[in-house]
Amino acid sequence: MQVPVSWLKDYVDIDIPIELLAERLTLAGLEVGSIHYIGVPQGHVEGIRWPTSNHLVWDREKLLLGAVREVKSHPNADKLVLAMVDYGGADLEQCVTGAPNLFEYKDKGALNPPLWAVFAAEGAEVWDGHSDEPKRMILKEKALRGIPNRSMVCSEKELGMSEDHEGIILLEEQPGLRPGMPIQDVLGDIILEVELTPNLARCYSIIGVAREVAALLDKPMCYPSYEFVAEGAPIAGQVQIDIREPDLNPRFTLSLIRDVTIKPSPQWLQRRLKLVGQRPINNIVDITNYITFEIGQPLHAFDYDKLAARAAGKMPTIITRLATAGETLETLDEVKRTLEPHNILVCDTAGVLSFGGLIGGAETEISPETKNVLLEGANWNFINIRRTMQSQKIQTDAGARFSRGVHPSQAILGVQRGIELMRQTSGGIIAKGMIDTYPKQQPTVKVDLAISEIERLLGMGFTADEAAKFLRRLEFDVKAEGETLHVTTPDYRLDITGDDPVTGQADLIEEIARIYGYDNIPDTIIADAMPPQWANIPLEREERTRDILVAIGLRETISYRLTSPEREALLIPSGMEAPKNGGYVELANPISADKTAMRHTLLISMLENAFNNQRYNARQQIFEIGNVYFKREGQLLPDEPRRLGILMTGPRRTSNWLKDDAGGNVDFYDLKGVVEELLVGLHLSDVSYARASHPSFHPGRSAQLSVGKTEIGTLGELHPIVARTFDLTAAPILVAELDLDALLDLVQDRHEVKPLPITPPVLQDIAIVVNEETPAAAVEAVIVQAGGDLLKGVSLFDVYRGDPIPTGQKSLAYNLVYQTDERTLKDEEVARVHKRIVKAVERELGAKLRA
Amino acid sequence: MLNQLESQYSESLAALENVTDSESLHAWEIKYLGKKGSVTLLLRSTGQLPAEERANFGKRANEVKNLLFEAYAAREKLVAEQELALDLEEGALDVTLPGRERPAGGLHPSTQTLRQYAEIWAEMGFQVYRSRDVETDEYNFQLLNFPPHHPARDMQDTFHTTEPNVILRTQTSPGQIRAMHELGENGTQPIRVILPGMVYRYEQITSRSEVQFNQVEGLAIGHNIRMSDLKGTVTEFAKRMYGDNVRLRFRASYFPFTEPGMEIDVECFLCGGEGCRVCKYAGWLEIAGSGMVHPNVLRNGGYDPTIWSGFAFGMGPERATMLKHGIRDIRYFWGNDLRFLEQF
Repeated sequence: MQVPVSWLKDYVDIDIPIELLAERLTLAGLEVGSIHYIGVPQGHVEGIRWPTSNHLVWDREKLLLGAVREVKSHPNADKLVLAMVDYGGADLEQCVTGAPNLFEYKDKGALNPPLWAVFAAEGAEVWDGHSDEPKRMILKEKALRGIPNRSMVCSEKELGMSEDHEGIILLEEQPGLRPGMPIQDVLGDIILEVELTPNLARCYSIIGVAREVAALLDKPMCYPSYEFVAEGAPIAGQVQIDIREPDLNPRFTLSLIRDVTIKPSPQWLQRRLKLVGQRPINNIVDITNYITFEIGQPLHAFDYDKLAARAAGKMPTIITRLATAGETLETLDEVKRTLEPHNILVCDTAGVLSFGGLIGGAETEISPETKNVLLEGANWNFINIRRTMQSQKIQTDAGARFSRGVHPSQAILGVQRGIELMRQTSGGIIAKGMIDTYPKQQPTVKVDLAISEIERLLGMGFTADEAAKFLRRLEFDVKAEGETLHVTTPDYRLDITGDDPVTGQADLIEEIARIYGYDNIPDTIIADAMPPQWANIPLEREERTRDILVAIGLRETISYRLTSPEREALLIPSGMEAPKNGGYVELANPISADKTAMRHTLLISMLENAFNNQRYNARQQIFEIGNVYFKREGQLLPDEPRRLGILMTGPRRTSNWLKDDAGGNVDFYDLKGVVEELLVGLHLSDVSYARASHPSFHPGRSAQLSVGKTEIGTLGELHPIVARTFDLTAAPILVAELDLDALLDLVQDRHEVKPLPITPPVLQDIAIVVNEETPAAAVEAVIVQAGGDLLKGVSLFDVYRGDPIPTGQKSLAYNLVYQTDERTLKDEEVARVHKRIVKAVERELGAKLRA
Repeated sequence: MLNQLESQYSESLAALENVTDSESLHAWEIKYLGKKGSVTLLLRSTGQLPAEERANFGKRANEVKNLLFEAYAAREKLVAEQELALDLEEGALDVTLPGRERPAGGLHPSTQTLRQYAEIWAEMGFQVYRSRDVETDEYNFQLLNFPPHHPARDMQDTFHTTEPNVILRTQTSPGQIRAMHELGENGTQPIRVILPGMVYRYEQITSRSEVQFNQVEGLAIGHNIRMSDLKGTVTEFAKRMYGDNVRLRFRASYFPFTEPGMEIDVECFLCGGEGCRVCKYAGWLEIAGSGMVHPNVLRNGGYDPTIWSGFAFGMGPERATMLKHGIRDIRYFWGNDLRFLEQF
C-alpha cells in the first residue's frame, strides 16, 4: 500500500527523518519495501540504509511557487504566450510558454487572484518535457520566436510527478501560498510503499498506518471529524434495508444526499488519490475511494433516482442476500457475471445491484446526470468475500480490504465522513439521520493479561505499568489490577483473540514486543533441559550412501519430483507391461503439462537429466536419492519410498592430450562395479545378481540385484527403444534404480574386521572351460564350495573365447589364494585342494580344466 | 699369472675411466668382478698355482680386487651424480601442460547446505526429523492455525491433488505437528528438532521462483522456551554460518502458527551492509521466518500452552546457497546441468 507522508501527517506529528520512520515501521512488522521521493531530497540516517534514489530533487532556490499575474500574447507566435510570473523577486519574470491551459487568460489583463504555477528559474534542473526518454536538463537562456527567455513554468512531467505534459501545473488557491516559496514545500512528498501481512488488516488505510506511527513515536492521534451537516428531509421513509444473511453481512449503513452537482473533485483530493495510485473520476466516486484509503472502510454510491425508478413508485428497499441459481450481474468493469450460490449480493426488489463489498453493478452507478446519491457503508464476512474474489476473479480496492477483515464499527464512520465530504464538494443537502442496520454485533474483545506471562514468552520482564503504557500507545484501554492488566481492544481491531485467554495474552504480548522493539529483547541460550537424543539411522545410512557414491566419482543430482504419467509411460516400450506399482498422486491444478503428477520412478528424472546434459557432457556419471510416490487403495496419503538412481554414460575416462587414457564407453560392468563398490562400502554380503525382466532395460544386459532374499532393484543398459524415445543414442545409457529403504534396512550397525594373516599365502591360477550359458557366479560358487576353509580368495582375471576353445564354450581364469593361520601350507596340501576343485567343476558343471 | 693379473688390473681401470652411465658400469662389473668376471676368475685360480707363488699372487690378487671394488664404488658414485645432474637438467617437463583429469564426484549444493545446517543445529541439540511430502490440508494448514479460506493461505500458493484435502506440502511446518505427535508422548516430552525437506508451491518457474524448494524448519518445545532463546539460538547459528561478526535484525512479522511472529535478517555478508545488488541495496538479507509457537498449534500437538512454550523457525537452504555463491537463477538447482554441479 502506498502511504504519502503528507497525508499521514494529517493524523500524526512526525518529527523524525522518514528513513528512520520507515525502519521503525519495518521492525514493527509494517515492512516498508521502498521509499519514493517527490522533489524532496533523500535523507541519510546513521546506521540505516536505503537504496540510493535517483529522483530529481527540486532546487529550493530555483524551483519556486510562482504567481502568474498576467498572460500576454506573443508578438510573433500564436501558439506561445508570455506569462508574467511573480516568483518573489523584485520584478515579474516573463516566461515564454506554449501551455494550452494559459490561453484562456491571454490578454485578459492583470489576474487577481493570480494563477499559482511552478516557476523554474534559469539554471534550474528539470526533466525535459519534450523528450520521450527520461532526460534531465538545465534551464538556459534562449530566445523563443524572437523573445528572450531564461525561465519557465513547469508541467508535471518536467517536475517528474507524472507523464503529463499537456499543460502547466496550476494550483488551486489555498491559504498560505506566497510567491517564491520553494516548490518542495508545496508539492514535495514522500511515498512509503508498505507491505502488509494478513494480521495487519487494520493498517490497510492511511489512518491505520498513522495509528502505528503514533504508537511507535508515542504521539497522539489526530482523527478527522466525523460530524456532518444534515439539513434535508429525513432519510427514514426514503429507503429501507433488509439483511437476510447477518453472518455474511453483519452491518449495512445508508445515508442520502440530494441535489449534488457531479463535477471533478477539488485539486487536493485528486492529488491524494493520484498519490495512492487512483484515477480521479468525479467528486462522488472519488470520495468513496478517498474514504477507502483514508480509513479503510470501502463505500459504494448508488444513483438514488435509478433505485427509485426500479422500485416503481414504492420505497426502495436494499436487500442483501445470497445469489440464487441463474442470476447474472454486469459489473462496473463491464463484465457480465454468472452468480454463484455463495456470492453475497446487494439487491433491491427488482434484482441484483452489486456484489457485496466487491464491485458495483453498472445499472445504478453514478453518472454525470446523477442528482441524488445513496451512500452505502457496509460490513462483510471476510472469508466469504475471499471466496467470491477467488471464484469470480475480482480484484478491487474494496475487496482487498474486506477480504482481510474490516471491523463493523468502521461502516458508520465511513458513511459519516464520506457524506460530509460529498456535501462539501458537491453542494448537495444531506438527509437527516441514517439507516443503520447492525444485526450481528461484533463483541468487544477483553483480555486479562497476567504480567508473568510476558516473561514466560519473551524471556524479559515488564512491570504492569510499563506493559500498560505500551498497550495504551496502541489505543488499548488498560486497567491495571495488581499483576493483571484488564485490556479492552480498540474497536477497529479484529486480530486480538477474545475467546481463548492463552492466545489473547500472546496477541497482546506481541503488541508489547513490537512497540518495545524485538531488537531490544535480549539474546539468551536455551536453559531448558535437552530432550532425549536418538539415533537417526535411516538418515545416517542415506548420507553414508551419498558419501560412498561421491567417493566413487558420481555427481549427485536433485530433480523435480513432479512429472506426468504420459512422460513416465515413455519408459515402457510399446507392447510391454509397466511394473505394477500403484496409482499416481495427480495434481488438480498443475502448472504445466509436464508436471501433473508425482513421479513413480527416478528413471524419468535420470533420463531427463542425461538428455539435458548430453549436449555439453558426453561423459555423465550421476546419482540421485529421492522419494517416489504411490497412491494406494484405501489410503488417503500415498507411500513415499526412497529410491537410489544411478546413471552412467559416455567415455569411461575423460580423454587427455597424452592419449593414454582411452577406454571406450561405459558398459554394464562399469555400472555393476559401482553397485558392487557401494555394497562393499555398506558392508553388505550375500549379494546376488540374476537376469532382470524390467521392461525399461535391455533384456540381455540388465540384472536384478538381491541381497539375501530381498530384491533391491534393477541395473543395466537402458532398453534401446527407450533410449531412442528419449533421444539418448550417442552411447549406451547404464542405469540403476534401487529400493533404498530395503537396501539400507539390511545394513548392519557393525561389521567384524578380519585379522591380518600371519602366514604367507599360496597363490595358484586355474582356468576352466565351461559352456557359454554357465554363469560365472555358478562357477565361482562351485570353486568356493570345493575349496573349503583353505581357499581364502577367488578372483576372476580372464574370460576367453575362441581358438582353441570350442565354439559355445568359454574359459574362465581365476586367481586362487590358499592360506590358513594355523601353519604355512605345504605344496601337497594345496595340490590336494586344487585337485578337489578341478574335480568338482568337472562333475558339477561339466567343465574342463584348460590345458 | 701375476702379469695377467696386472694387465687385467690396468685394463679394467682404464675401462672404468670410460664408464659414464650406470648401464655400462653394470656391464663393467660383470666383465671384471662378476661371478665369471676376468678378475674373479683369476682370483679363483689361485689354487692352481704352485704353492710358493700362491701366497704372493693371492695377496696381490686380493689387493687388486679391493682396489677395483674401491674404484668401482668411486665410479658408481660419480656416475650416479652425473646421471642425477643429467636427469635434473634434461628431464624437465612443460609444467604448464594440463594434468590427467581425475573426475571427482560431488554432492548437490542443496545437500551440502542441508548438511551444514544439520551439523550446526545438531551441536545445539536439534535432531533431524523428516516427514512426508504429500500432506493433508489438515496437517499443512488447519492444525497450523490456517482456517479454510483464511487470507494467510494466500501467502502460499498450493498444489492441490485430485484427492480432496490432499495437497503437496507448502511448508515443512506440518512436520511440527507430526514431530509433536510422535516425539511428544502426549505433550509430556520436550522437543528439539529440525525438519528439512522439499516443499511445493503453485508458482511459475522463473529465475526467482520455483515449484519446489527445500526448507529447514526448527522446533523447540519445553517448559521454559522463550523468545529471547529464539533470538539467542538463531544468533548462534548465524555466527557459525556467516562468521562471528555477523549482525542480525529481528522484525515483527506474521505466520499463522506463531505468536509473536518474527522475521530474521542478516546483515548482507557480501557488502557488509553497505548495500549491493544481492541485498538490493538494503544491507539486509532475510534468513528466517520464526516466532513463538502459537498456543493453538501447541494444543494441536498435544501440549498444554499454559505450561509449555516453544519456538519455531524456517530457513531456505537454496536461497542461502544462492546468496553465498552469487547464483542468479534458482532454476539451476533442479536443472542438474553438470557444468553447474561441477562447481561445487
